[in-house]
Formats: sequence, structure tokens, C-alpha cells
Amino acid sequence: MATPNTTLWEVFIRSRNGLAHKHCGSLHASDATMALQAARDIYTRRGEGLSIWVVPSSAITASDPSEKGMMFEPAESKIYRHPTFYEVPEEVGHM
Amino acid sequence: MYTQALNTSDGEDRGVEDAAQAARFQARIDAEERIEPNDWMPAAYRKTLLRQISQHAHSEVVGMLPEGNWITRAPTLRRKVALLAKIQDECGHGLYLYSAAETLGSSREEMVDALLAGKAKYSSIFNYPTLTWADIGTIGWLVDGAAIMNQIPLCRCSYGPYARAMIRVCKEESFHQRQGYEIMLTLCRGSAEQKAMAQDALDRWWWPVLMMFGPPDQVSQHSDTSTKWKIKRFSNDELRQKFVDATVPQAQFLGLTVPDPGMKQDAEGHWRYSEIDWDEFKQVLAGNGPCNRDRMAARRKAHDDGAWVREAAAAYAEKRQARQHAQAAE
Ligand SMILES: [Fe+2]
Ligand SMILES: [Fe+2]
Ligand SMILES: [Fe+2]
Repeated sequence: MATPNTTLWEVFIRSRNGLAHKHCGSLHASDATMALQAARDIYTRRGEGLSIWVVPSSAITASDPSEKGMMFEPAESKIYRHPTFYEVPEEVGHM
Repeated sequence: MYTQALNTSDGEDRGVEDAAQAARFQARIDAEERIEPNDWMPAAYRKTLLRQISQHAHSEVVGMLPEGNWITRAPTLRRKVALLAKIQDECGHGLYLYSAAETLGSSREEMVDALLAGKAKYSSIFNYPTLTWADIGTIGWLVDGAAIMNQIPLCRCSYGPYARAMIRVCKEESFHQRQGYEIMLTLCRGSAEQKAMAQDALDRWWWPVLMMFGPPDQVSQHSDTSTKWKIKRFSNDELRQKFVDATVPQAQFLGLTVPDPGMKQDAEGHWRYSEIDWDEFKQVLAGNGPCNRDRMAARRKAHDDGAWVREAAAAYAEKRQARQHAQAAE
């Protein structure tokens, strides 16, 4: 008999350095409590984290890679959103 | 390596895939771009990777068995906690790799079922027995050492999820090799019997470890496709030679003799080894190694014994969900 599938979860960990939760991998578990425990055992065996989020993979909506051009082009053509676009005379010093 | 049977890719796509798409894909590979799960990829690329990554995952999991054999008989508490931690890491490696393989469209359960049904392969090395405590030292030193040699270039593999899994794995492997070498060092500095035990383990493991890198370059099929796709960055023989060159001085430091009377150092400093017995390799891959049947029986038993736990967890999750729905409806 084929082994029945168990829910897939995505794991996010906040490390000690105070940065935001970061995606670190996925795992299978039948419920959220077990997913958290498994994430602790799998992804924080060497003190990698101080906080864990688990999210059912099916709850994630992702952008379509084939539409990446259309999706991200607006940001690429707006160089005036970057500080280096603006000229500040050297005499003014660091700004 | 752990994917040794597996230095075989599925060759060029003979299907009716769009040539322009295939050319764009190859251009991305050539530009060192990473391919991500939802990106377009040739069917043969997907199939090659799925087989290689799942075989690698199976190897990590089956690889726990020979070492697990010694947990209860580790000579000290220090050695026991280290061995437990190492084996736990290997289990994690299996999981990272199954997760990477799942992004290619197969479920972990399907892959595990394929292994249990005898339809999937795993590394030949885990079909050898661990007869003495020195075997545990030798496995860490040589088997993990060979794995590292193979896995470092895989950190730059063209498939994003596989490369990322390998980065995690490589970070953890270094402890495995060091703890193994420390065991060997302790035995070699111990009594004459302990040193003889270390030598005996090296004698038995040396050749099977060299086979881990897979068939010699002249006979390894389709390896050029894997190279073109940047799944593979070095040939089997290149990696094997690197490993031998790194290992011989380590054996000399231990005062152990590599069981290859014909081995010589060439003018460039490479240690040239004798002919490998590829018949033995083929036999082990075909299921006729010393422990193939044991390993599969142990995996099947663990899977069957765990069935009630999976069923109970699923039933509990279902019950709680039903209760939550009922409460929400009130
Ligand atoms: Fe491993
Ligand atoms: Fe490995
Ligand atoms: Fe390892």
C-alpha cells in the first residue's frame, strides 16, 4: 500500500542576530505542533534560532517566474529611487 | 558518490520541447544562473536531478544503519553523544535532500516507497558491515571525507534547491570527519591491539571508499550532459584523485598503511592508486554486497513499525481540525 502523504510546511527561523525570520527549508508533519517540534530538531540543532514560524506550504501564494519580467521591470527602470542618482558636491561631505 | 550509480543523466531531450526554450535554458546555465523549481527546464534535466537527489537522500538515510549499530557499544559517553549527534545530522541531511527533490514534482512518500520497493538505489558503501569500533572511526574519516569531496562542488550545482541543501550539509559534515579521525588517532596511539584494529578497518574500507566516486571516466555514461548542465563540476576520477591525495598524508600521520602495495607518488605529487575492482562495485550495486538485504530489511521494518505513529498523528490532526470547524460554525 502506498504511504499516505503528510502535510508539507515551510520553516522560517529568526536567528540570534535580531534579523527578521528567514526561510530555511521545509518538512512534513501532520499538524502545526508537530511541525514546530520537527523544525526545532531539524533546523536549530546548533543554536541557529531563537524563534520559529511554520506555515503550510499550500498557504503560500508565489509570483509566477514566467512573468518575472513584467513583475519586476517597473523597479529596474527607476534609477532615481537610488541615492547615487543625486549629485552632492564633495565639499558638502558625507550625506 | 552517494549518487554514484547515478552519474548517469538522461541524455538530451528527444521530446518535442521547444528548441528556443532549451537554448534559453542552456544560456541561463552558462551564465551561472540558478534554476528554481517553477522555472522551465528540460524534462531530462528534471528527471536526472530527481533521480540523483533522491538517491542522495536515500544514501543519507540508509547510511545511518551501519553507524547505528555501534551507538549502544560506543566506548565512552563522549564518543556516544558524538556518534548520536552525527547520526542525527545524517537524518537531517536525508530530509533536506528529500525536500529539494520534492520541488521537482515527486512526493517524499513516493520516493520512500520506491526505496522500500527496491526500485531506487543508494550508495554502495552502506552495504558493508561495521565489525569493530574502528569502523566507526574509519567511516567518519573516509566515508564522510569522500562525501565532503563530492558535496563541496555540488554547492554550486545549477539547481537552486539542491545547491542550498548541499551548503547546509557541508557545514555539518566537517564535524563528522573530524570526530572519525579523532577516533582513529586515539586507537593508533593506544595499545598494539587497538592499532591493529585501526589498520584492519582501513584495510577493509579503503577500496569500497574509492568506489564511492563511481565508475572511471572512460565508462561513466552521459556524464557529459550532467557537466553541460552544471550538475557535475568535476569528473569521478578527478574527485577520486583529489580524495586520495588528501587522505594518504592523513593515513601516514596515523602510522597506518594504505592497503595498496602498488601505490606511488608521481612527479607532480599525486598518489597514483592501483586498479580498482569494478566487479565488486557492480556486484554490490546489483544487490549482492555483504549487507544489502539487511539494510533493506531494517528500513522496511522501521517504516512498518512507524506506521501506527503516522496513522495516529494523522487521525489526531483530522479530529482537531473537525473540532475547529465545528467551533467556527457555532
Ligand atoms: Fe550526510
Ligand atoms: Fe552526504
Ligand atoms: Fe556525514
